[in-house]
Amino acid sequence: MKQLLILSGKGGTGKTTIASAFIKLSGARAYADCDVDAPNLHLVTGQGFTPKKTDYYGLPKAEINAERCIKCNQCRQKCRFSAILIEKKHLVEKNYQVDPFACEGCGVCEAVCPVGAIALKPAVAGELMLYSNEKKVFSTAQLKMGSGTSGMLVTEVKKQMKSAAADTELAIIDGSPGIGCPVIASLSGVDMVLIVAEPSVSGISDMERIIKTATKFGTKIAVCINKYNTNIENTEKIEEFCAKQGLPFIGKIPFDAEAVKAINNGQTIVDIECPSGTAVTAVYHKTIALLFEEDGRSA
Amino acid sequence: MRIAVLSGKGGTGKTLVSVNLAAAAHKAVYIDCDVEEPNGHLFFKPAVIQEEEIAIKIPAVDNTRCNGCRQCVDFCKFNALASIKNQNKLIIFEEVCHSCGGCIMLCPEKALTEKEKVIGKIQKGMSDAVTVYTGILNIGEASGIPIIKQLLDDHKDTSGMPVFIDCPPGSACIVMESIKDADYCILVAEPTLFGVHNLNMVYELVKLFGKQFSVVLNKCLDGENPAEKFCIEKNIKIIGRIPFDTELGIINSNAEIAVRKNPKYGDIFSSLLETVVREVQHKHETTSHSQR
Repeated sequence: MKQLLILSGKGGTGKTTIASAFIKLSGARAYADCDVDAPNLHLVTGQGFTPKKTDYYGLPKAEINAERCIKCNQCRQKCRFSAILIEKKHLVEKNYQVDPFACEGCGVCEAVCPVGAIALKPAVAGELMLYSNEKKVFSTAQLKMGSGTSGMLVTEVKKQMKSAAADTELAIIDGSPGIGCPVIASLSGVDMVLIVAEPSVSGISDMERIIKTATKFGTKIAVCINKYNTNIENTEKIEEFCAKQGLPFIGKIPFDAEAVKAINNGQTIVDIECPSGTAVTAVYHKTIALLFEEDGRSA
Repeated sequence: MRIAVLSGKGGTGKTLVSVNLAAAAHKAVYIDCDVEEPNGHLFFKPAVIQEEEIAIKIPAVDNTRCNGCRQCVDFCKFNALASIKNQNKLIIFEEVCHSCGGCIMLCPEKALTEKEKVIGKIQKGMSDAVTVYTGILNIGEASGIPIIKQLLDDHKDTSGMPVFIDCPPGSACIVMESIKDADYCILVAEPTLFGVHNLNMVYELVKLFGKQFSVVLNKCLDGENPAEKFCIEKNIKIIGRIPFDTELGIINSNAEIAVRKNPKYGDIFSSLLETVVREVQHKHETTSHSQR
């Protein structure tokens, strides 16, 4: 399976718009949304049936048994995440409690408690969803509000897609913004990253950081620009940057009010006749050629 | 007065709103908590006065002392340690370590000690009367949380000066950390299907955290606005509307501050600032009443 991941560094440059167009154009049988704390791909890929849902258990959370607790304060002293709170009742009585938002499930409190009052309990941190029929496999997830561990859920989303569609030739993966743990988790094992850049000073700065990140993990990179005509000068800067870095620059997509309308109707930009749809089709063909051409070198 | 600006979806205008509100306030603090992709400094172009490295504590092993008992390996919930069989050799995967200190605490041979690892930095500089703090995560590092913590710890007491916290996109741990101590949250929404879906997520998040909040609609066009419709349905207060405007788009894409560039935008953001300040003060009054 060849995996194409779409990233951008900056948010809102058009990752999902482009991913959904690619899915449509390729008739991809496998795709995934790794932006687990703000997933949107399902809104434009028209599933038409209900997914298989699985609870995702992240790291466990500590729980203090108030009856056993002797209030020795050792857990609170050792916790590096300030997750042990003292609840005051009527200004006197003190109860030790765990702040579930702050607890990272490391288990130090459990290990240090002299009376065995603390136990780590499994905690649901999100929900995995798998849309699967004879035509396609779509893996996505939703992180539970207040849960932290998005990188691990990203790994699960990809695992779920791979095991359900092992024989598929091409998989398209929509990534998340940033360069941190969810992005690093999404990069692992993919064959190529398409960076969707935006011609703004912020967009350029963020693009440079995501390119450095993908380079560090040794992933093949290609770059395209979305909304290129909103700032021609910055578009030229991005093209120059790619030329200088020796990165394949594979096209630019114009800003297009029709694209916004299509998305708001739950359609991809290649479902309608529009300039951005035409441009993204050209970008798609170049991306696929690049993804499959260098088999020899990557093997 | 700490005001966090967040959105769920990226690219809706968090930085536009927080930078311009801080600029409109003249004397203010701007904190960029989007440490993975910080952009506020590109607008403010502050003269860098101070730079501070941020380090986390990770274990270091003295393999002459390790007896291969595996207690640390079995303890670590993050799989940051591995022991090589029959060699009494411990390997540490620094990138996945959460710095809980458990392995060091448990090692019976005292083979583990703590060392510092730099994961990023904080820059502090001035742009006119705005103090600009920028957190920058090093490339390849997984978590910017320690940087965000440090950024916000420095601003527990702001003695009345407004502090604008520019949050990362999404709704995960880094966003939670950024809004944790905020007095008020501004949710920036764009009128798209994606924008509304992600607005709903951060709306759930700020409710869960018991925050006072309201919405600023960005990129407003004539005609139906799905984000506005959502706010009306959920009875969420809308405190401002920023029009979709090519001139503003170009100013913003060139990383210029609209408020300082054109008085027209100065007016929009000054009036938004007044509303925000009024909202925060109103909230303070109501909370102090209820405490009595």
